[in-house]
Amino acid sequence: MLIISNLNASIDGKSILKGISLEVKAGEVHAIMGPNGSGKSTLAAVLAGREFAQVTEGTVTYMGRNLLEMPAEDRAREGIFLGFQYPIEIPGVSMVNFMKTAVNEHRKYKGLEPLSASDFLKLMRDKKELVEIDSKLANRSVNEGFSGGEKKKNEIFQMAMLEPRLAILDETDSGLDIDALRIVANGVNKLKKPDNSTIVITHYQRLLDYIVPDVVHVLYDGRIVRTAGKELALELEAKGYDWIRKEVNNS
Amino acid sequence: MEKDQDKLLNDVTSGEYKYGFYTDIETDSIARGLTEDTVKLISAKKSEPDWLLDFRLKSFRQWQTMKMPAWANLKIPHIDYQDIIYYAAPRQRPALASLDELDPELKKTFDKLGIPLEEQKHLAGVAVDAVMDSVSVKTTFRETLAESGIIFCSFSEAVKEYPELVRRYLGTVVPYTDNFFATLNSAVFSDGSFCYIPKGVRCPMELSTYFRINAANTGQFERTLLVADEEAYVSYLEGCTAPMRDENQLHAAVVEIIAENNAEVKYSTVQNWYPGDKDGKGGIFNFVTKRGMCRGENSKISWTQVETGSAITWKYPSCILKGDNSTGEFYSVAVTNHHQQADTGTKMIHIGKNTKSTIVSKGISAGLGQNSYRGLVKVLRNASGARNFSQCDSLLLGSRCGAHTFPYIEVDNQTAIVEHEATTSKIGEDQIFYCNQRGISTEDAIALIVNGYAREVINKLPMEFAVEAQKLLQISLEGSVG
Repeated sequence: MLIISNLNASIDGKSILKGISLEVKAGEVHAIMGPNGSGKSTLAAVLAGREFAQVTEGTVTYMGRNLLEMPAEDRAREGIFLGFQYPIEIPGVSMVNFMKTAVNEHRKYKGLEPLSASDFLKLMRDKKELVEIDSKLANRSVNEGFSGGEKKKNEIFQMAMLEPRLAILDETDSGLDIDALRIVANGVNKLKKPDNSTIVITHYQRLLDYIVPDVVHVLYDGRIVRTAGKELALELEAKGYDWIRKEVNNS
Repeated sequence: MEKDQDKLLNDVTSGEYKYGFYTDIETDSIARGLTEDTVKLISAKKSEPDWLLDFRLKSFRQWQTMKMPAWANLKIPHIDYQDIIYYAAPRQRPALASLDELDPELKKTFDKLGIPLEEQKHLAGVAVDAVMDSVSVKTTFRETLAESGIIFCSFSEAVKEYPELVRRYLGTVVPYTDNFFATLNSAVFSDGSFCYIPKGVRCPMELSTYFRINAANTGQFERTLLVADEEAYVSYLEGCTAPMRDENQLHAAVVEIIAENNAEVKYSTVQNWYPGDKDGKGGIFNFVTKRGMCRGENSKISWTQVETGSAITWKYPSCILKGDNSTGEFYSVAVTNHHQQADTGTKMIHIGKNTKSTIVSKGISAGLGQNSYRGLVKVLRNASGARNFSQCDSLLLGSRCGAHTFPYIEVDNQTAIVEHEATTSKIGEDQIFYCNQRGISTEDAIALIVNGYAREVINKLPMEFAVEAQKLLQISLEGSVG
């Protein structure tokens, strides 16, 4: 589904990603872990098409197409969803209106008619239940005045509405208490289908108790320095990131 | 990142003005320039009674002693008032009995503007007075309205058919000495709409006036007089467009509204005069005086305006709250893109007891546009229990435009409560990216955010026009990515 090959990217001339290669197959869950400043969020931004990061080398192929040539909105319509680390507030735009526009843009891209108002509201109701989100949130402006936990739940709700092929969850667990974490993780698990994939970017292991990864990568200083099964996450939790740092610096 | 934004803004500033065409139609116009003889000539062309000619001459003499106001936050190029044509009328056969006799070119013009003059074709429940240059060419649904005693006709006809009513109210809200532009209008106004809703009548349909400037080098000076007698209700809408020209054209209108006891008037404007091109060439200078008088107790006047056009807008629709318990409202969205400038707002004058006013102003600036809100809330000594709430928001798109707020508050009564809130925000790149990431294109994202921002005001418009206004906002801001 996604093949990243020797990806190099910089922000304002400063090199952040230094040759990342990884492959995500349909149905897999990958976790990307790493200390602060290792380039995790930059990787997510590059995949989603945010322009502040400049790709200097390498390729990204998504569903057989050159992802880096596609504008951000087309990547979204092709099924890439980014769960934001810091979801953005858009005052004055109701969640209903926002989601209706988004869902109908996705449908237009696929050559489908826009959903009728009643079908849309029904879809919203179903998905709200699925992710256990407070019904009132949908009537408010996008993320405006939401608590940290509400914002993250709202990301999962949007993911449920848009049914992505590849979901990239950027530090979705940060700032969540244990109950919110469980709700968010349950949402992700319920949305899991055999042919869609998830990349979970996280600093801590605890989210991976709920969302069990097939593969764990450790990102350090813009490079993937370790790739293994889910047991790697436990090892990191026990030992911290220092041993990785030492190992990399010694080699 | 700033640089990228500016580049984007530069790249795509092609918001197209749909109404920029010109109709080649035979026009009866007078020579350029303004003297007492011009005023007399206009009056003679309309075979006006002496009292009206006197009103015009008084105004003209007053105007000669006045100077153009310079206090607005606007850069106004020199206007040569002797280089303007003060009267231009599409030539047509006199005594227009039915639509069949209307010049087909004229009819076509209004069809093209989406204002069909056939009653059966028109938006259900909207009566229209269509004004081209200096004269009203057609008023629809006059007979239907007359059945409930409502008078809706061109100003010129009103002067002929209901001289007493016109004389009783003309200049009572905006006196001929009021200000430079209103005084000029009082001297040379050519036509406009007149509307009278009798006691106890709820006007069964929306009334509207559509203003079109067509002839070159012409100024448009129309006058609207709207009277709602006791317990009456009316919702009124005006729209306006003009051809694209390299020269600036002057539009100086006066609107007067009178609301008697328990009457309510809702006045909505969708202003779409030609704004000039993206380099700031051409466009209408819109210097308008609009004022309503809540004369009776419990009366209410509500102004809603969506201002997207004109090169320069100078306009402060106001309410004089004279009757006890009367209410004034002002809801405004003003957009300035490219080189447009707007200095707009309202005045709420609380005279009666327990009078209430609400002001919601939303400015949107893009390109090199400059947008100023200027508002006065004045509570007089006897206006005990007066209450005002004002909210002035500014939204900036890009980094080269400007937003300014000039609120004036004068309170002479201790019991008054006056609130003022203001915010300034910018459409952020992160907001746009958030929308992009959900599959929404940048243009659609801006439209979504701007419409969300302006929703509170747009919702106050009659339904058919709310949709129109939303589209207009989108067109006005096309390409102004921030």
